[in-house]
Amino acid sequence: MIEVEHLSVGYDADGREQSALHDVSLTVPQGTVCAVIGTSGCGKSTLMKVVAGLIRKFQGTVRIDGCPVNPQEMKIGFMPQNYGLLPWKTVGENIYLGCCIKGEESADLEVRGQALCQRLGIAGLEKRFPHELSGGQQQRVGLARAFLLRPDILLMDEPFSALDAITREEMQEVFLDLWQENHITTMLVTHYVEEALYLGQQIALMSAHPGSVQEVMDNPLAGSAEERHKPEFFAMGQRLREKIREMGARS
Amino acid sequence: MRKSKLVLRSYVLGAVFLLLLWWAVALLVELPIIPTPDKVLTKLGHVFFEAIAIHSAYSLWRIAAGLFLAVLIGYPLGLVMGYFKQADRFLAPLVYLTYPIPKIALLPILMLLTGVGEWSKILMIFLIIVFQVAIALRDGIRAIPEETYYPLYSLGASFWQLFRHVIFLASLPKFLTAIRVAMATAVSVLFFTETFGTQYGMGYYIMDAWLRVNYLEMYAGIVVLSLLGLLLFGILDLLEYLTCRWQK
Repeated sequence: MIEVEHLSVGYDADGREQSALHDVSLTVPQGTVCAVIGTSGCGKSTLMKVVAGLIRKFQGTVRIDGCPVNPQEMKIGFMPQNYGLLPWKTVGENIYLGCCIKGEESADLEVRGQALCQRLGIAGLEKRFPHELSGGQQQRVGLARAFLLRPDILLMDEPFSALDAITREEMQEVFLDLWQENHITTMLVTHYVEEALYLGQQIALMSAHPGSVQEVMDNPLAGSAEERHKPEFFAMGQRLREKIREMGARS
Repeated sequence: MRKSKLVLRSYVLGAVFLLLLWWAVALLVELPIIPTPDKVLTKLGHVFFEAIAIHSAYSLWRIAAGLFLAVLIGYPLGLVMGYFKQADRFLAPLVYLTYPIPKIALLPILMLLTGVGEWSKILMIFLIIVFQVAIALRDGIRAIPEETYYPLYSLGASFWQLFRHVIFLASLPKFLTAIRVAMATAVSVLFFTETFGTQYGMGYYIMDAWLRVNYLEMYAGIVVLSLLGLLLFGILDLLEYLTCRWQK
């Protein structure tokens, strides 16, 4: 479970204190996906960085499974927009990097890694370097790394935005498929309405100046490929768009 | 494999071209100070094992020792300057103020302090290379985008883990380039320092042959010294090929 209460983050802009996040509260229940959506500049990524333990200077409380954020003791999986692969490591080394840093040496690690690669369709690419792979393949490697680690929470910062539309939808399905097996508590930042509706059981709408969470919606349509083509899905998408537009006009 | 064959062939062609050029100049000027390459190479065959080998071993040892010391001091210095911005604020002025001092001008002082023996020569090479290593490493580390560290930070990686997985490999190409550039200077400096206070080294051998007006031996020495530089370059290229395959 991720609990964010009254979180405020400031940053220094030419000597003046600016507010990136103001009084943000958000709870992601155990074993669910929360999609955070909003216009650019609303502090989505800042929120993500605080939960990931990358920003330490903030007001308010952020707890993961009841404890304050501590990357040393927890397993936080963080996937940035560029998938976070190290270009000087091979695909195989990149996949095992998370477990290597956490010092995990369970006997079935190799077996699980190979099974994951098979499932993600990247088996046989382990000796290649990331730059020799397509964007979609790199994304799969990132997912393999994240799910091999079995983190306590998974944070994804616009993970599918750099992909073309077809590959993006494919990757969303791949993600969902893996997620349904593990039910890792996930926070996912996106600016695609359909992505939020498809993946997030909860959708948090954020507005800018200063960044704050305006509304948290429950989304019954999440997680099913059939729902994706039903009229309700489109109607919900339209409503969500409308809300985001309204927030943009207000700020 | 095919590519390395092509590279080898172009190098052989380059060597042949340079030899032909040398030959043409020698035939054109017809002076004892520029002998033809065939005479020099025959001479080299005669004197290499009985004389030059020991001198080149001394030179190689001095370069290796100087380089080792420079990396030993310069690498941690550059690492600290590149990764810890606070430390850089104190160290950068020191490095920048001392970097432009022509190190070779300090040779007399070094010789007075450490004697004319091995140490002054090794320290000279050390002084030339250490700055380039430190600055190249600092710049290499600075060029790593902050986001590269994020997944590791959020996993709670220690500094040693960051170094092993990110910093070392990311800065390796810049580090090797710096060594390569510094190596050319080091060979010239070595030549100069070996003309003082020693009976061994390629610098001594070449100058000694020159004073004895034995031009063939002098040229043989120059050829060996050049090959020594080529060997060092080759080793560095091989290292880069083996460790930096990930670069496009």
